[in-house]
Amino acid sequence: MFDTLKSRIYQGQQFIKDIENAPMREQFRGLPVLKNACGQDLTKCAQACPTGALSLEPLSIDMGKCTFCGACQNVCKNVCNSDAISFSNSYKLSATSADRLIITENMTKEEFEKTAIKVRKEITSIFSKSLKLRQVSAGGCNGCEMELNACSNCNFDMGRFGIDFVASPRHADGIVITGPVTKNMAYALEDCYKSVPAPKIVIVCGACAISGGIYQNSTEIDREFFEKHPVDLYIPGCPVHPLTFINGVLGLIRK
Amino acid sequence: MNWLKTKNNTKLNLSDIPELRMGDLRKEIISLNKRPVAFFGKDWGLGRVKLFVVLADDKAGELYVSSALFAADEKAYECITNEIPSFHIFEREFYEDFGIEPLNHPWLKPVRRNQDKYPFFEMQGEEVHQVGVGPIHAGVIEPGHFRFMCNGETVYHLEIMLGYQHRGVEELMLTQPSNQLAESVCGDSVIAYNTAFSQVMELLKGVNVSDKAQLIRKLALEMERAAIHIGDLGAIAGDIAYLMGASVFGVTRTLVINTMLEFSGSRFGRGLITTGGVNFDLDDEKIERAIKTFAKVEKDVDRMAKTMLKNSTVMSRLEKTGTISTERAIEAGFVGMAARAAGVELDSRFDFPDKWIKELDIENKPFNGVGDVNSRFKLRYKEVMQSLSIIRKIFEKLKEFKNEPINCGYEVMNKENAKDAFVISIVEGWRGEVVHIALTDGSGALSKYKIKDPSFNNWFVLALAVRNNGISDFPLCNKSFNLSYCGNDL
Repeated sequence: MFDTLKSRIYQGQQFIKDIENAPMREQFRGLPVLKNACGQDLTKCAQACPTGALSLEPLSIDMGKCTFCGACQNVCKNVCNSDAISFSNSYKLSATSADRLIITENMTKEEFEKTAIKVRKEITSIFSKSLKLRQVSAGGCNGCEMELNACSNCNFDMGRFGIDFVASPRHADGIVITGPVTKNMAYALEDCYKSVPAPKIVIVCGACAISGGIYQNSTEIDREFFEKHPVDLYIPGCPVHPLTFINGVLGLIRK
Repeated sequence: MNWLKTKNNTKLNLSDIPELRMGDLRKEIISLNKRPVAFFGKDWGLGRVKLFVVLADDKAGELYVSSALFAADEKAYECITNEIPSFHIFEREFYEDFGIEPLNHPWLKPVRRNQDKYPFFEMQGEEVHQVGVGPIHAGVIEPGHFRFMCNGETVYHLEIMLGYQHRGVEELMLTQPSNQLAESVCGDSVIAYNTAFSQVMELLKGVNVSDKAQLIRKLALEMERAAIHIGDLGAIAGDIAYLMGASVFGVTRTLVINTMLEFSGSRFGRGLITTGGVNFDLDDEKIERAIKTFAKVEKDVDRMAKTMLKNSTVMSRLEKTGTISTERAIEAGFVGMAARAAGVELDSRFDFPDKWIKELDIENKPFNGVGDVNSRFKLRYKEVMQSLSIIRKIFEKLKEFKNEPINCGYEVMNKENAKDAFVISIVEGWRGEVVHIALTDGSGALSKYKIKDPSFNNWFVLALAVRNNGISDFPLCNKSFNLSYCGNDL
C-alpha cells in the first residue's frame, strides 16, 4: 500500500487545466489552411487525396471526408513546389452542420470557430451541466474508440465537465457514432438510437462516420441511419483527437 | 515439387507455385504439419476457384507455398481441421467466401456474414443458463456478440460471433489501394499494417527503401508496441479495480503517443509511412527530446509494474485466471503475444529476421509463460522494456544514416506493378503476425489482396481461456488479450 501511495505522490497532478486553450504540438495536422496565391495547378494534390476531400473548383477541403493524412500537403510541397495547402495545429474542428466542415480558400481559424458551432437553446438548457453519452462503434477501426477512451483519462479528464460515457442507452442523453456504419451494424445502431430516451442528441465522430471516409465506396456499408435521423454535431478527425472531441461537445452544450 | 520454399518479404511468380489436386494437397499439408499462415481462395474464372496455402516453418524461418485448383463442379473436400485443428478458422472462411465445403468440419459456422443464421452451441440442464452480450458492449469498444453458457457463476463455454465490423477491406484494396486504407484496417496497429502494405507494394514495384526509412519504420513499430502494451497494462489494472495502475499507465502511454505525434503529426503514426519510405524525418532536437521522454517512460512503467506485482490483492486476481495450456496454444494455432504468454515462442521479428536484428544486436530471451492473465501482464511488461531498449538502439543507429533520403519521392506510386506475381509480407505487430498477401494479374493490377490479423487465429483463445472461470472475470480475460474485431472482420 505504501508503494501505491508513493506512486501517487510521485505522479502528482497531470490534468490539462485549461482544456479550451490547451497547447498543441505544432506537428499536429488540424484545421487546413488554403491559399493558392500564385494560382498554381494543384491537380496532382487532388489526385493524392485518398477520399476526394480536396476539390479544386473552387479550392476547398471537406473536413468531413479528410483523413488528415497530409498527402496533399506533401505533394504540394515536393511536387508542385507550392505552399497552397497546409494544415495548422488548430484542434477545434467541430461543426453543427456538414456544410460548415468545408474549408475554403483564405478561411482563417477565427472565422471558422466563430461560425462552426451554432448554439441551440434547447440543447444548452438541458445538457449544459450533465451529458451522458452512449458510444456505438459501427465499423470503426478502434482508432476513434481509443481516442474516446483517452478523453476520460487523467490528462483530459472529461468527467469534470459532466460529460461521461455510460453503459446503457437507457441512461444516455445521446449517442456518439464512430465508423462508416457497416451493414451488419445498421440494425444495432438503429436499435440503440431508439432505446435512448428523448430529448436526445446524435454526435458523429471521425471521417468514417461523417461521410464514410476511406470506406465511402465500400459495398458493405449502409448509411440509411443518417437519412432518417438528424445529426447535432460533426467532429472531424482520423482519428478524432481528445481535445477536438471535448471542445466540440463543450461548444455544443455550453455558452 | 509439391511446395515452393521461400522467405518472408518475397515476390514469387504465380506460375512457379505448384498446383496440386485438393486430395494431394491435403495429404501434403498433413504430412508437412506446419503452422498455417494463409489459406485462401481466389476466383480463377469459369467458376473455378484456386486455393492458396502458405505454411510457416518458424524455426528455419521458411515459408512453404502451394495451391490447388477446384473445378466448377467441385464443391467439397475432406476437411483438414480434424487432423490439424489450427485450420478450423481458415476452412470456415474459405467455405464462407466460395461455398466449397470442408466435409466433416466440426465447427462449420459463419465467420463474417449470415449472423442471423449462426448455430449457437447449446447446453441442456436445469441449472444451465445463457448470458448474451453485445454486439454493443458496455464500454467504448468495437462490436461483437458473446454468448456464455453458464452454470451459476461458472462459464462452461463461450461462443463468440463476429462480423459486425465487416467493411469489405479486401475488395476495396483492389479498387483503391492506398496507405491510408491500410492504416484504417485496424486503428491500433496502424504502423504494422501500413508497413506490411508498403512492403508488399514496394516488392511489386521493385523499389528499394533506404536504410534510414527502414529504421524509422522499425522505430515506429516498437513505439506502437510499447504504447499499446502500456495502455493495456493500465486496462488490466482497471479491470481488477486497481485504479492507481489504470491512471499511471494511462498517463505514461500518453507520453509515448505524444512523441509519435511529434514524429508524424498523428498520435497513432498515421501518415508516417508511405510506399517507398517514410514521410517525416527526425532531426536531432526531436530525437534528443524523445530519448529523455522514453527514459521517463521506462522508469515509470518499471516502477508501477513492480508496485503492482508486489501487491498480493493484485496477484490474487491475475494468477491462474484465464489459463491456456501450452499444448492447447500449439494445437489451436495461436500466434503472437497470446501464444508467447502460453509458452509458445513465436515472434516473427526473430523467426523471420531482417538485417537489423543482427546489426542492432537485438537479443530475444524466451519468456516461458504459463498462460494465465498474470503471464500476459508480465509479458506485456517485458515487451515494453524490450521495445524501449530497441528504440534506444535505433536512435543510436540513426546517426549513421543522417544524409540518406527518407523516401523515393511521390512518383513511386505511379510505377507499374510486377505482372502475375504473388507477394507476401509478414510484420510482427503488437498482437502478433500481420500477414499481407497480394496477387497481380497479367496487366499488373491487383487481383487479390489477403490480410490476416493475428486475432483471426486468436479469437478462439478467449473462448478457451474463460472456461471454468467466473463470468465476472471475463472482462479481465478479454482485456489481457485485447483482440481486434476490425482486423478479424475486415
